[in-house]
Amino acid sequence: MTDSKSTESAATGTRRIAIDPITRIEGHGKITLMLDSDNHIQEARLHIVEFRGFEKFIQGRPYWEVPFFVQRLCGICPVSHQLAAAKAVDQLAGIEQLTPTATKLRRLLHFGQILQSHALHFFHLSSPDFLFGFGSDPMRRNIAGVLEKYPDIAMQGIKMRKYGQQIIEAITGKRIHGTGTLPGGMNRQLSQTWRDALLADIEDILEWSENALRLNEQIHTEHPEQADFAMFHSNYLSLVDNTGALEFYHGGLRACDSGGTPIFDHQDYCDYRQILREEVRAWSYMKFPYLQQLGNERGWYRVGPLARVNNCDAITTPLAEAARRRFKAFGGEGPVHNTLAYHWARMIEVLHCAESIQRLLHENEITGTDLTAEKGDRRQQGIGVIEAPRGTLFHDYTVNDEGIITKANLIVSTTSNNQAMNESIRSVANRYLDGREITEALLNHLEVAVRAYDPCLSCATHALGKMPLQVELLDATGTLVHRLVKQGGGGN
Amino acid sequence: MTYESNKAIDANSITIDGETVPFDAGQTIMDAALAAKIHIPHLCHYPGLTPAGNCRLCMVEMNGESVAACVTQAQSGQQVSSNTPELNAARLAITQMLFVEGNHICPSCEKSGNCRLQAMGYYLGMLEEHFHQFNPRREIDASHSTVLLDRDRCILCDLCVRASRDIDKKNVFAIAGRGIHARLVVNTASGKLGDSNIEENDLAAKICPVGAILIRERSFDSPVGERIYDRRSISDTALTEHVPEKEVDRG
Repeated sequence: MTDSKSTESAATGTRRIAIDPITRIEGHGKITLMLDSDNHIQEARLHIVEFRGFEKFIQGRPYWEVPFFVQRLCGICPVSHQLAAAKAVDQLAGIEQLTPTATKLRRLLHFGQILQSHALHFFHLSSPDFLFGFGSDPMRRNIAGVLEKYPDIAMQGIKMRKYGQQIIEAITGKRIHGTGTLPGGMNRQLSQTWRDALLADIEDILEWSENALRLNEQIHTEHPEQADFAMFHSNYLSLVDNTGALEFYHGGLRACDSGGTPIFDHQDYCDYRQILREEVRAWSYMKFPYLQQLGNERGWYRVGPLARVNNCDAITTPLAEAARRRFKAFGGEGPVHNTLAYHWARMIEVLHCAESIQRLLHENEITGTDLTAEKGDRRQQGIGVIEAPRGTLFHDYTVNDEGIITKANLIVSTTSNNQAMNESIRSVANRYLDGREITEALLNHLEVAVRAYDPCLSCATHALGKMPLQVELLDATGTLVHRLVKQGGGGN
Repeated sequence: MTYESNKAIDANSITIDGETVPFDAGQTIMDAALAAKIHIPHLCHYPGLTPAGNCRLCMVEMNGESVAACVTQAQSGQQVSSNTPELNAARLAITQMLFVEGNHICPSCEKSGNCRLQAMGYYLGMLEEHFHQFNPRREIDASHSTVLLDRDRCILCDLCVRASRDIDKKNVFAIAGRGIHARLVVNTASGKLGDSNIEENDLAAKICPVGAILIRERSFDSPVGERIYDRRSISDTALTEHVPEKEVDRG
């Protein structure tokens, strides 16, 4: 629900509109639009004005504690942070290879995590935009409205998220912020009871995943007018497995240009510092990563479902692979650049998760008891990279001789989409705002563009506090003309 | 004299919260309570080690006087009040002070679920820390190959000092300084644990009620749901704790 209030300044002629509360994004941000004297958009920026500093305050902590420290970055994707850190910790403990059971448990955990995160994003946060329209009544444009008007869709989404969380609970003991990973393995086996319970529901999850995918295909094929919404060409970065197939847990880095041509491929992620750089800009706490090879002007890229489905050569499960082929056909066999196609790609991944979960639950080793590998010689640096729901996630830790963290670098998925989200805002602002007065419907158009990326601003900036989403309209002299503020509890 | 040697039945008795509790000669109020399966909250007491009276959680009202149950001899006719709203409120405040004096980050602490301070917080219904955080800057000692000392979490209970001195016979730890400046130190020339002769099987390495002394790289090996206080309250587990006989024999 959204309330708005408007205040005007007689002295400056400015007007401030506040909308309370913020809805349907994970974290808090601010958008500013710069206008020239003819009220045309000169610059559009997404500011992340939050700061948390996890990289700093894990310094001085013992390395084996890190997966559980950094998972507190987020309440939506803690499993992603735990797993990325756990992979780094495996390296720090000198472990080359996990046991088959531990590897499968981590993969199952990760599929459960992506399933629940994607379901949350599409059904709870984004589906109201598509089911009711971007500029529809904000009183109804939320999950409660979906439950009322489309109860089947809403309940399927809620149950899909619940299922993913149950997988997390089965493996980590809790749906949010459990444990699970150990240096070189996992801390408990999957019980037969949990396995049976999860298998009992997987057919429903598969069916509902297909329904959600179908809905997203319809959005794109039946509403071509949305094709150019926040549309622009970009590079894409993701992990792929050694055959080039879609991979979430472990693989090599692949970057493709906007035509789909590889910039690099099967790159060892431990060498990420040679291929990625991060630029700091004064107006945002979120850094701007770019591909070193292309430089900071041309080297920005997108990550996440759209990047992964664009980049991969195949998907290893049949239903998702068939869906990927339809997606590729939609894009003329090249990359799909539509920002709203993030949702479509996300649902292809949901289907892949459901199929993979079913496959893993049927494997005997999934309930095995050989959970940990022997430790080797400790190393000074550990780098863990996975595909989190929102994109490629890098955790890099350096330790001293006593095993204490001396340096940490996290490149969180949403950070990689920083430039792209700014591009999206610029595109939408140019098309929908240029020369017009800000309205709630316009604000939501900007949000729809940002929301497509499923940004987790708290993760990306390690934020402290609750900053509202704001849109500020400045004239050519920098004077505030309009300001819209959405306050509130936020989504994290 | 060990705890186990005091088994002879004595006709003497006291009352605790109105219940008649027998005691043996030489027993403290805490000894008598534990023998009768009555829980008086405590953190620094551990049967089998000499009582120290450090944490003050076991303060009870005895014939109108406030005393620490772990160091007060039971005497016939004592009327003891323990489980009262006033005393439990005081215990809650003490527990809150223990939390704010250190850096107790439960969400990322590997002792979580097995921590007696955390369990005491739950037992006493602690919902927040109430007092301002001290946010002390304390030194972590990771110099030992198998034992880690994280002073951020130390509550100065002195259990490791007593265990190392009286059971392990190594005298590895001591409390130095007074009042707010009190701190756990290592009795080596360098002050480093790595230069001590502590071993991971020593009682001193295992008895820490919080996450201050840890066996390295065992992080989170107890799954959620299978940790000590996932299944039982500290008011239950505290009734059966005792230094294992083999440790006593070793001492």
